[in-house]
Parts: sequence; structure tokens; C-alpha cells
Amino acid sequence: MLKFLNQLGQYFLLLKKVLSRPEKPGIYFKQTMRELVYLGLTSIGIIAIVSFFMGAVITLQTAYNTESPIYPKYLIGLGCRDSMILEFSSTIAALILAGKVGSNIASEIGTMRVTEQIDALEIMGVNSASYIILPKLIATLIFNPILTLISIIVGIVGGGLAGTLSGVMTTENFIYGIQYLFVPYYITYSLIKTVVFAFIITSVSSFQGYYVVGGSLEVGRASTKAVVFSSVLILLFNVILTQLLLS
Amino acid sequence: MITVKNLYKSFNGRSVLSDISVTFEAGKTNLIIGRSGSGKTVLLKSIVGLLEIDSGEIWFEDVLFNKLDFNDKKTIRSEIGMLFQGSALFDSLTVEQNVRFPLDMFTDQTNEEKLERVNFCLQRVNIINSNNLFPAELSGGMKKRVAIARAISLNPKYLFCDEPNSGLDPLTAILIDDLIKELTEEYSMTTIINTHDMNSVMQIGEKIIFISEGVKNWEGNKNEILSSDCESLNDFVFANALAKKLRSTDK
Repeated sequence: MLKFLNQLGQYFLLLKKVLSRPEKPGIYFKQTMRELVYLGLTSIGIIAIVSFFMGAVITLQTAYNTESPIYPKYLIGLGCRDSMILEFSSTIAALILAGKVGSNIASEIGTMRVTEQIDALEIMGVNSASYIILPKLIATLIFNPILTLISIIVGIVGGGLAGTLSGVMTTENFIYGIQYLFVPYYITYSLIKTVVFAFIITSVSSFQGYYVVGGSLEVGRASTKAVVFSSVLILLFNVILTQLLLS
Repeated sequence: MITVKNLYKSFNGRSVLSDISVTFEAGKTNLIIGRSGSGKTVLLKSIVGLLEIDSGEIWFEDVLFNKLDFNDKKTIRSEIGMLFQGSALFDSLTVEQNVRFPLDMFTDQTNEEKLERVNFCLQRVNIINSNNLFPAELSGGMKKRVAIARAISLNPKYLFCDEPNSGLDPLTAILIDDLIKELTEEYSMTTIINTHDMNSVMQIGEKIIFISEGVKNWEGNKNEILSSDCESLNDFVFANALAKKLRSTDK
């Protein structure tokens, strides 16, 4: 318990350092642009592929489990749309990003720590935590909502293609379904969750990397811890945010 | 000039440095020597403020460095250059960007001025036509030289070197030693070098302190070191077979 509180305190102290005023905003801007490409753009592929197939599977499963004259066919489209918006594109995509981006951040910062690059920054008088972590944080807070929107669109397209190509429903039914009883607030809800999850992934992974002590073995462990802790926190905050935002 | 007074440092109750007092003089290459695990790196990191000391005083000229907060330390730190054991070059930046980094962070120079300074520093350490290479593409000796170029890019008053010769062949090690000595004299820097390489000691040791088990056991220069009557120092200096043989021949 004492160790947990100690770690929690250390985490908030790190956040305080990260969120302090940048020394040279111009350099931070360049770093943020670099991170947008490195952490954001390079994640589009994996998110698009997973979303496309998940959308397809959701559509087919909904179709095969509701084969009854009571259920209108357009509800398959509605199911696919709401599953993607409410849960998959925010939460499941965040879990995927925790694996890809989180481990990447923890191992990058951990390697910087064990190879004394962070010490080199500190010696120069640079706020190393802010210089390394803040651009990553800003980049993920900006880009993860864009990834969520891409995921929603690609997932629904995947669902539509799977539904029509397999013959379980017509294109018209699917399009009618994804427009039926649409609640725009669900998009807001999904994006709020994404922003919170982006913060969790980046800050927790950075924390794990920043305080690595040892060598490559410890960097590997920090990377694993970053993914595990981020994932658990994402699941926990998913419940909390759902209760707060949808109740 | 850097003065250390009654410095104590421990980790989890285990004492690592005990009552270290020493003055490092400007324009000289000051060496901290000792066996692996004797506390050399902890002393160096304590002096530059990477480690918080338990008690004692660290003076940079007339400024009590260890009592300053992070922002106040920045002024002194902008006058410090440091060469790390593993070079600590930024992996994601090219050679040119690495050397340029301190200029970007702490000066308002134009791009042309920065580039001119970067090229001057790289030429000074004999790195030519490598501006666009990444650290992963450099040899160990080149990495050290680029790290030195980065360390001197802001014309530092103080240069700290942690095991500058580790992992280098003897000839490259001599080149690095000579380079550090030349730069120290050229810019009248206070240079502190952490080493256990006796070649470096005999080559550039203008002032030497010997640390054993966290305690300063001896202080002198390269001319005095071979005739010292400090037993632990003699064990260290004459540890290798060649030195032992030379000593027995001398006797």
C-alpha cells in the first residue's frame, strides 16, 4: 500500500514537471509535430484494419443472432453503428493503442534513461520531463480523437460491406439502420472517453519509462507494465465515464 | 574553480561518499580516480546536481550550487558541458542536430550562426562530413568526439567527463585525452574527469584525487603518483602486470 501511494505521488509530481511552462515553445512545437507523425499517423493503419474487420464481424454476428421476422433488418446497421461509436472505436481502439503507442513510449523513454540521455538533458538545464513527455501528450490528445473518428467510419464501412456482400441484408437496409435513431451525443461521449484514454496511455507509459533503473531488461519490463497498467486503467475509467456521461 | 566541502552521500542508508573535500582548479584537467564501485561516478553526478547530496557544500566559484533550486541552477548548468560514459547522444537526432541542440535551447542565434558554431565545434573534434549521420551510424570514438563537440558548443566554463575512454582502443583513448586537455587549456575550463585508466592519469593528470570506498585517500599530480606511500593508491596504480614489472625493475 505504501509503495502504491509512493508511486502515485511520484506520478503526480512527474505530471507537475511535464505541465510546467516550456523553455522554448518553438522547439516543443517541432517536437509535437514529430510525435504527431510518429505516434499518430503511424497508428492509422492498425486502427483502420482492426476497425474494418470488427465492423464486419459485428454486422455478421448481429445478423446471424437476430434471424427472426420480429427484428427488422435495418437494426443490424444500427447495432453496428452503436457498437462502433459507443465501445469499439473508443475503448477497444484505446486498448490497441495502449499496446502499440504505450509500449513504444515506455521503451523509448526508458532507453533514454538507461543511456543517460535524460541526464544529459538535465545537465544542460532542460526540464527533461516536459521536453520529452509534453509533446507526446499533446500529440496523442490531438490525434487519438481523429483515430477514433477514422475507426468509426472504417468500422461502419466494413460492416456495410460485410452485410451486403454476404447477402444478410441490403445496402438500403444498412444505410437506413445507421441513420435510424442516431444520437449525436454518442459521438461526444466517445470522443471524451478517447481523450481521457489518450491521457492515461501517454502519462502512464511515460511514467513507467521515465523512472526505469537498470538496463535493457528493466526497459522491457517497464514497457510491459506500461501496457498492463494503461489497459487496466482504461477499463476502470471506461466504467466510471460511462456512468458519469450516460446515466 | 569548483570547491567541494565535507560531502556525504548515501543510498538507502548505505554510505557511498564520506567527508569528501577537494578543490578543482580552473584551466587544469582534474582527475578523480579509483576502482570500479569506489564512488567516482556518484561524486561526479553529485557535483553536477544529478544526485542530491546528504550534506556538504558544492561551490561553483562563489555560488553555493547545491542549495539552488532547479530554475536557479539553470544559469550554472548553461556553463556546464558533460561527456557521459556512453556518450548519451540523442538517438533521434543527427550529429549536427545533437551539437546544435544546446544552441537551440539556450541561445537566440540565427540559423546561420548556429550552423557556423556547430561546424566549428565538429571540426575542432575532427569530425568532418558526418553532419547528417545518426549516432547509431558512428563508431565509439566518433560518438565520444561528437559528445565533446556538443559539450563545448556553448563555450562552457566547466567540463565533466565520466570515463571518457571506456570502450575505446588505446590509440583512440589517447586522442580523446589529448583533445580534452587541449580544450581545457584553450578555453581555460575547469575540467573534471572520472577515470580508472592509468594511461589517462599519466597523460593528463594535472591534479588527481584518489577515492577508495567512498573516502578520499590521496591528492596530488601525475608526477607524485608513482612515489606515493598511500598503500591503497599503490595497489590501484600498480595493479597490472606491466606496472608491477616496471616497479620491481625500478627497485
